[in-house]
Amino acid sequence: MRIINKKRIFMSAAAIVCAMTIFTGCGESDRVTVRYLNFKPESAEIYKELAKSYEEETGVRVIVETAANNQYESTLAAKMATDEAPTLFQINGPRGYANWKDYCADLSDTKLYKSLTDKSLAVESDGKVCGIPYVVEGYGIIYNKALTDKYFSLPSKATDFTSMDEIDSYEKLKALVEDMQKNASELGIDGVFASTSLKAGEDWRWQTHLANIPIYYEFENNGTDLSSDETKRISFEYSEEFFNIFDLYLNNSTVDRKTVGTKTVTDSMAEFALEKCVMVQNGNWAWGQISGVDGNKVKAENVKYLPIYMGIDGEETQGLCVGTENFYAINSQASAEEQQAAADFIYWLYSSDKGKDYVINKLGFIAPFDTFGENEVPDDPLAKEVMRWMNSKNASSIPWNFTVFPSAAFKESFGASLLKYAQGTKSRDEVKADFVSGWEKESAALE
Amino acid sequence: MRKSLSRYFPVFVLPTLAAFTIAFAVPFVMGIYLSFTKFTTITNAQWVGIDNYVKAFTYDGDFVHALWFTALFTVVSVVTVNVFAFILALLLTRGIRGTNFFRSVFFMPNLIGGIVLGYIWNLLINGVLSYSGTDLTYKAEYGFWGLVLLTNWQLIGYMMVIYIAGLQNIPDSLSEAASIDGASPFKTLIRIKIPMVMASITICTFLTLTNSFKMFDQNLALTAGLPEKETEMLALNIYNTFYGRSGWQGIGQAKAVMFFIIVAAIAFIQLKITKSREVEQ
Repeated sequence: MRIINKKRIFMSAAAIVCAMTIFTGCGESDRVTVRYLNFKPESAEIYKELAKSYEEETGVRVIVETAANNQYESTLAAKMATDEAPTLFQINGPRGYANWKDYCADLSDTKLYKSLTDKSLAVESDGKVCGIPYVVEGYGIIYNKALTDKYFSLPSKATDFTSMDEIDSYEKLKALVEDMQKNASELGIDGVFASTSLKAGEDWRWQTHLANIPIYYEFENNGTDLSSDETKRISFEYSEEFFNIFDLYLNNSTVDRKTVGTKTVTDSMAEFALEKCVMVQNGNWAWGQISGVDGNKVKAENVKYLPIYMGIDGEETQGLCVGTENFYAINSQASAEEQQAAADFIYWLYSSDKGKDYVINKLGFIAPFDTFGENEVPDDPLAKEVMRWMNSKNASSIPWNFTVFPSAAFKESFGASLLKYAQGTKSRDEVKADFVSGWEKESAALE
Repeated sequence: MRKSLSRYFPVFVLPTLAAFTIAFAVPFVMGIYLSFTKFTTITNAQWVGIDNYVKAFTYDGDFVHALWFTALFTVVSVVTVNVFAFILALLLTRGIRGTNFFRSVFFMPNLIGGIVLGYIWNLLINGVLSYSGTDLTYKAEYGFWGLVLLTNWQLIGYMMVIYIAGLQNIPDSLSEAASIDGASPFKTLIRIKIPMVMASITICTFLTLTNSFKMFDQNLALTAGLPEKETEMLALNIYNTFYGRSGWQGIGQAKAVMFFIIVAAIAFIQLKITKSREVEQ
């Protein structure tokens, strides 16, 4: 009996050990490490490389993990609950902060925050700094100067424009675009604007970026305090102007407006790269996509930006939409040493020569910190254009107010409405009414 | 015998039991608990009672709409998949030339993953619809029939294999007796073949029912709920609730718990009904 029992105990132990090895893996040392959950899959390799050189220089280990495209929030939620929670992660603005407020440490004493040039860009709450923007991006209408110049020299053109610099309002843009569309075959293009991608998940250029402009002007008009509850209601005052430009995109495009439900952002950028169209609305992050298209015809020196004019008073001095959705946050539930290590790492990245080299030349970021000199900008045409517009004395940038849009659910449902509008099964008034009521309802749903 | 069984219990059963507990029982219980809380990660949950369940129904009609859409889709798919699969099985048990080749061809779609399949069919159907200047997102009906088509294409082959196995198990003596008695082929089908393959019908309806009801990948890749969530099925609705708004994870979880109960209840009832019709050979 006793022997059997002993055997049994031994067997149980063996079985448990077997099971344990499957489920746990090997333990790790207690060294202070920085765990970073990266947002940009396209930069995953670069982050790994720079983590390695940081470790070589300082001895502090940086573990970079990358979330798949569109999976950041879910990946973060899953990782936060584990023993290997990220110590450094990112939030996408005030709404993202609301979701992660229990995990956001106060960053006001960090060196990186102190070197932030425009402190208003940071995410703040109750006097606490919770998110530091680490890149500035801009979007507008990208155009191909080679094709616009070709148009200006056409004998059959019906407008008096001779240069894109003359275009500073919706009226002029409309006249130009519509006449260009008439001369499409002479220009060798399918349409002026690239296809308006409205496939599910591909509609953010309209439901978020384009919608930012009317909402910005509405907030400006009403003197809305963006950090208050005043943003919980809107009237979509400039809906007509929004639809004007949206119609201009749809009606003077490479494709019929009824087929945009199948179009993706990649399609649009490929059309631009292959010179099938002249203009496309997108941000400076799109350069990699344009230059990466097989058979790309667009030359870097011909890629220029035009602000998005939609007919709102005072738009003659409007610049590009400049801001960010990328804010560093440090996990407040990590140990003090780990938090410090994370803060040191991001400061190193944005202040040391080696780190800055990564930021400018490999990640291609326009960095909003005073540790960067005026010439320390990425070498890509769209980033340079964003800098040109930002520094222009005649134009002022529009901030990214879409960070206060209520929720992803709101934006998706607006995108779906826009698709129906494009297909002709929903009117402007219906879309507007849904936008206004959806905004209020979704804002209330977040308490 | 008993002794040696209990002696080896830890070796053979314990690992599986541990895996089952860790990978199924614990998450399941935690999931039910989380549906009564507000949480961002599973470690910071706060109890809110049945609030989440109330909100799932009262906030908008999407959940109920998704439920009906899914139910309708399931009914249509279960019928079409099983009818076509059975017909194919009948044809391919008659010993015509190339039987094995056809069986493989029909079975193959089942080996392709749902997301890939969804994208392929999205391209195909849009390609056809483009002749009329529209696409899948234009009308909910298009999306619905697109989903039915896709599901049929994917599941028919698999169900066919099960039916073939059932048909081949019918003893020859029965069909011979029927033909000697002068039964027509149709009568043989109704009186002999169908009752004899009831066990296959049970398993096939169970598989198609649960697969259709739980469909997610294909729905996401084919229509993603467009136009305006009209083709959004239950699983996709839960996913969108979970990630669509900050602080709504609990409501998504509550919907998931209800989803489980619905699927379990329907599958249980279906098994009871079809099982009772099975005959002993």
